[in-house]
Amino acid sequence: MHQLWLIPAFPLIGFLINGIAGRRMSKTAVNVAAIGSVLLSFLWVLKVLAGLGSLEDAYIERYFTWIQSGIVDVSFDFAVDRLSAVMLLVVTGIGLLIHIYATGYMSHEGGYYRFFAYMNLFMFFMLTLVLAANFLVLFVGWEGVGLCSYLLIGFYFHKKSAGDAGKKAFVVNRIGDFGFSLAMFLILVTFGSLDFARVFEKVGPMAVEHQAGVITLICLLLLVGATGKSAQLPLYVWLPDAMEGPTPVSALIHAATMVTAGVYMVARSAPLFNHAPIALEVVAIVGLLTAVMAATIGLTQYDIKKVFAYSTVSQLGYMFLGLGVGAYDAGIFHVMTHAFFKALLFLGAGSVIHALAGEQDLRMMGGLRKKIPVTFLTLFCAAIAIAGVPPFSGFMSKDAILLAAHHHHPWMYWVGVVTAGMTAFYVFRAIFMCFFGTYRGTAHPHESPLSMTGPLAVLALLSLGGGYLDVPHYLAPMFGGEHAPHETSLVVISVLAGAAGILLALLFYVIKPGLADALSRLAGKLYTLIYNKYFVDELYDAVIVHPTRDGSRALLWKGFDLGIIDGVVNGAGSLARTIGGGLRHMQSGYIRRYAAWVVVGAIVLLAAAAGMGGAR
Amino acid sequence: MGDNLLSLILCTPLIGVLVLLFIPGTMKNAIRWWANISAVAGFLVSLPLIMNFDKSLDGYQFVERINWIPALGVQYLIGVDGISVLMVMLTTFMGMLAIFSSWDSINDKVKEYYAMFLLQQVGMIGVFISLDFMLFYVFWELVLVPMYFIIGVWGGPRKLYAAIKFFLYTLAGGVLMLLGIITLYLQHIAQTGVATFEITQLMNTQMPMWMEQLVFWSFFLGFAIKVPMFPFHTWLPDAHTEAPTAGSVILAAVLLKMGTYGFIRFSLPLLPNASADRTIVNVLVVLSLIGIIYGALVSLMQQDWKKLVAYSSVSHLGFCTLGIFALNEQGIAGSVIQQINHGISTGMLFLIVGVIYERRHTREIKEYGGLAHVMPNYAVVFAFAMLSSAGLPLLNGFIGEFTILQAAFQANMAWGAFAVTGVIFGAAYLLWLYQRTMLGEVTNEKNKGLKDLNWKEWVVFVPLMAWAIAIGVYPKPYFDILEKPVAAIVERVNGPKAPVNAAVIELKKTEAR
Repeated sequence: MHQLWLIPAFPLIGFLINGIAGRRMSKTAVNVAAIGSVLLSFLWVLKVLAGLGSLEDAYIERYFTWIQSGIVDVSFDFAVDRLSAVMLLVVTGIGLLIHIYATGYMSHEGGYYRFFAYMNLFMFFMLTLVLAANFLVLFVGWEGVGLCSYLLIGFYFHKKSAGDAGKKAFVVNRIGDFGFSLAMFLILVTFGSLDFARVFEKVGPMAVEHQAGVITLICLLLLVGATGKSAQLPLYVWLPDAMEGPTPVSALIHAATMVTAGVYMVARSAPLFNHAPIALEVVAIVGLLTAVMAATIGLTQYDIKKVFAYSTVSQLGYMFLGLGVGAYDAGIFHVMTHAFFKALLFLGAGSVIHALAGEQDLRMMGGLRKKIPVTFLTLFCAAIAIAGVPPFSGFMSKDAILLAAHHHHPWMYWVGVVTAGMTAFYVFRAIFMCFFGTYRGTAHPHESPLSMTGPLAVLALLSLGGGYLDVPHYLAPMFGGEHAPHETSLVVISVLAGAAGILLALLFYVIKPGLADALSRLAGKLYTLIYNKYFVDELYDAVIVHPTRDGSRALLWKGFDLGIIDGVVNGAGSLARTIGGGLRHMQSGYIRRYAAWVVVGAIVLLAAAAGMGGAR
Repeated sequence: MGDNLLSLILCTPLIGVLVLLFIPGTMKNAIRWWANISAVAGFLVSLPLIMNFDKSLDGYQFVERINWIPALGVQYLIGVDGISVLMVMLTTFMGMLAIFSSWDSINDKVKEYYAMFLLQQVGMIGVFISLDFMLFYVFWELVLVPMYFIIGVWGGPRKLYAAIKFFLYTLAGGVLMLLGIITLYLQHIAQTGVATFEITQLMNTQMPMWMEQLVFWSFFLGFAIKVPMFPFHTWLPDAHTEAPTAGSVILAAVLLKMGTYGFIRFSLPLLPNASADRTIVNVLVVLSLIGIIYGALVSLMQQDWKKLVAYSSVSHLGFCTLGIFALNEQGIAGSVIQQINHGISTGMLFLIVGVIYERRHTREIKEYGGLAHVMPNYAVVFAFAMLSSAGLPLLNGFIGEFTILQAAFQANMAWGAFAVTGVIFGAAYLLWLYQRTMLGEVTNEKNKGLKDLNWKEWVVFVPLMAWAIAIGVYPKPYFDILEKPVAAIVERVNGPKAPVNAAVIELKKTEAR
């Protein structure tokens, strides 16, 4: 036994300590519990993986029967294979860095212990999700991370916008869970089990569904769940709002780990998706559309965190594209590199915000590279990584996805390349607006403490060199399938697209500032449309939220419940009240009268029944 | 004690009432102490029941039989199977907590209040252990009276309206149910010449389908009003809202379960052919689905905190009836577990309303906001209850919800799909309530100095929270104890002669083509 359960148990203990006693503990003690638990978890992951060696087969630990009734038989089991090994390292490693960073970032905030309790709880659920050996335990983690996301988005709960954003995230994710739940029911009915090993074993010999069938339906329902958690069309709307949470939360939950759970879940279900090419195609198209749509919005935003939020949505779209074209290993590779550079972008943004005493508007920044040089340098590393500059990590993983996309459908490659150009543009737009030119704000910028810059530096190294961790090669035996041939010309084109994006940003925001404004005026209505995020939130409000609310109130409650049903009842009730009034005058005789009622009723009925019996 | 354990459990609260009558009404604290001692004793004597219950046996255990009205064949016949054991434990446990929670909130007619409460315990326990239909009916109606007084005397501003509505609704259902009981009884006499209300005997009664269906509908009215199922639910929001906190708790946690229990104990085993009739199943399922979604939507729009929780009960009980009429094992087992879960979660939610009502004497949601700043512990407990009610995995609600939804899906995919939407709305109304009351700034001056939970309130919440976690993490004991009785019921309904599971229907359809 390798005691896999210890991996999530450490952060759970951290949560319990800080959750129950944190209010009375010193900050140092809170830090020790919070960081120590995640550190132990990270070390235990290393120990387990070292002990397990090459992990050619999944290693499973069975604990206890959880739900057993009828055809449902689900156990609490954990498993590790190469896919979960990658995820475990990313989650505990990045999680550890972000916990350390947060001790600096949150040092002046109220509710310090509460913050770390939630963060530890999140780690517990995220690790449960990754370690799960069946769909239902995965769902436990899935719902749990959603809860922590809700709690942490709404961390500044005195702000109404934070409460709104948390609620939106939870409800939108529940819509996704609708699909996930139905998928589980269908899997259980079809395969008689929710165990990954058993389901995949049974699906193996089944025919590939070139026409939609039950496996296709299962996969599409799983996809609905994944679009909720991983912020894909049409359920991405909660993620940009989620930036209401403290920045370390945005980095950990809404960039590096939780939002990739959908990608992980689809990759985990690869044997199912491989039998449902239609569903796989839908995954690719959803991913591609999301990538383009979110990237265009990212071009126009001024809130530094919103830019990176839309960037996350867009990059998640890339991952889905990778999965959809069958390059699961490339998709997971991008999960990892994205965790490095996007966590860094957010933490760097947090360092900027910290330096500017809470300012998030890019228009109020500028010229900061001399004032906060470490932040600048590290953010720059993240930017060249996400922009696809070779040989850094983003280039490696994005390239793997784009090549696979070209192999699948060339047009997908081309759309992906355009998106890559936009990605490079919006990231460097943010970098240039933030660090170049002259300072436009009024705060007194100061560099962040070592607890923050330290993790930034580590993440910068990972962003630059992380691409050399050859994840696709490590994962390939799990997923099999053919590998897209390496075509140098395609690589060059995508690199050029990124370079073009960077140069355009340089032109617009450093060389000729003002050009961007002129262009946006020129684009007029299109710009307004994109700047307002295509009015999708407004559309959902008008089509779904308001009708539900008003309909429930006017039609169901006031109309049907109080109007019709109670109208009938009160008709009878006014009669009753006359009787009741009479009864009130003779309280003592009440029970007797009531007994009499019963007796009289019974006699009448007996007579009726006897008559009925006699008639036969 | 072993032989008469059930009678002891039944009589403990009754003895409590009798002694209570001799305590002078002015000695309020003595009355409180005694009522609590009786309730705790009621719980303690029920512990040997679950500890000594042998879950590997079929049939009923701890059976006691005494002839009561020989001329009519009415017996004092009590006994338990796995389902009733759980319901009895729920009753004694929740009764104990509800009585304790009344310590500070009831100051008027204290003696009568506790007498009514303990009497109600007797009635509810009786309902869950009766194996004689007439005895069951007596207990069923007995429960009505104390609850009528609890709402009508110690209730809120519209207490009389609510009490009478509750009384008439449920009385009407009860009387109509009696029609069914008597029909069954007479049919049994006509066939065998034996006059009896014993359930296991009545199960052998042969009836033509039309008669079985008629009896089914008469039972249905009695049980569906009690549950309550849509569209018979409108007494519930009023009764819940006007009842004192402990009354709401026991109403939600135990009293409503008499209806669902009735379906499981009587409708299905006594009327297996009618219960498996496709039209009947469809009607019951559709009403359950409407209840789930309708209850949640109407909940969403409530401005009264307590009424919101009351409507959410309609939605939750919809899950329970849906599970029953999925007519498979995990559906019925899930339903029983969900009945317990609803007792825990909704019980907590009512207690939470009670805590704030004690302090502010208003239930208007818009009076509140930002309470998490002034009452942080209260906010944590409320969040816990909300998550338990919304079905977060590793808490109790999820276990029942998952098994019921799976069962419904297995019976008919469309049922499952509709029911799952209830889960979405369930999250919505609770989160919105939480946001409006707990989050944001404290805008109302009156809320600024509110005191956080005191130790008496903690004493009530902690066991419920522990229970919620226990069921959520390790529900196996519950499924184990339910396995035998549920399997027997499913076999009786779906047995060789009238299979109604979806696969068979599908098969028939294809054959027909």
